[in-house]
Amino acid sequence: MPPVTQFGMASLALIVAGGIYLAAHLPQSVPLTPAIILLALSALLLAANLLSLTRVHDFAWWRFLQVGRWALLAYAITAGLIEYAFLRNGLSGGPLVVLTLSLVVYALHVPMLIAFTVARYAEPQPS
Amino acid sequence: MATTAEPPAPSEAAAAPPHGAITIPDFEIVPRLGLIPVAIVFAGLVVAIAVNELWPLQFFHVAFGAAWTIVDLFLGFVLGPILGRLSVPARIEMTTRLMPKMVLIMPTVVTATLAAGWQLGHLLGTVDSGYYNHGWIVASYIVVGCMAVIALGLLEPANIAVLFELKKKQPNPAIIERLMKRFIYTAGILGALQIATLVIMTKIASG
Repeated sequence: MPPVTQFGMASLALIVAGGIYLAAHLPQSVPLTPAIILLALSALLLAANLLSLTRVHDFAWWRFLQVGRWALLAYAITAGLIEYAFLRNGLSGGPLVVLTLSLVVYALHVPMLIAFTVARYAEPQPS
Repeated sequence: MATTAEPPAPSEAAAAPPHGAITIPDFEIVPRLGLIPVAIVFAGLVVAIAVNELWPLQFFHVAFGAAWTIVDLFLGFVLGPILGRLSVPARIEMTTRLMPKMVLIMPTVVTATLAAGWQLGHLLGTVDSGYYNHGWIVASYIVVGCMAVIALGLLEPANIAVLFELKKKQPNPAIIERLMKRFIYTAGILGALQIATLVIMTKIASG
């Protein structure tokens, strides 16, 4: 199996670092470049994770998709609540875009990690 | 419907029942009835953020933050080590009753704590970079960030995967063992990080 969990944790660590960097400077204006670089690297790891999974033979995709869609729904709700708190605080402009995209990576990568961990121990075909 | 697991590995056999197969009680991976209190909490959280007043925000942040800290400390330092020493049938029985609840409890308390905490910090001005204890606030971001990566990347997937394994007609004890170890160790690490949270939060509250 490819190192999906390790890549996933690294990706989450990158968006968390970007979020901390931005949050630590609010409400002052802050150079967005470091946060954008961290977000881009995180998104790259997400893409690399998906790509590496597609190359695995006999992977239980049925289970991955079954678990993934419900986890996606759950984490989209939690991401939505956090986004709501950002909007309610009047966050706008570049920091809002970067934090929103970070939440998108979070809401995609966590369900992917959950679905992968379940599917790696499942039968390739439903019994 | 209850299922049965294969006999455990030789090292665990002493603790297993003499007949070999272990009965696994029926359970729901996500308890549907539990979704009702979760929905109520999230609705209350949205209202608390919308009204933006001190008491509801303080309530959500303190009450759910305390629940998060206590659950992590209890799981990491009390229940986790006990779980690791239980016989295989007792561990399976405990797991099928505890883990589905954790699937709902942890994301709910974490989301409520963080969302209400962010709004509260905005209301009180403690998240502003000009706040005199700003260094401690940033330290709390770092600790929470570390906990989030560990919980989301390791603990939560292991929690759900062990439940799916236990739902199989022939669960594999080695996989259950591996996932439970991962769950217990990460819970211990989170418990240790929660001590740092307690230090930081009491310092911030004390001024």
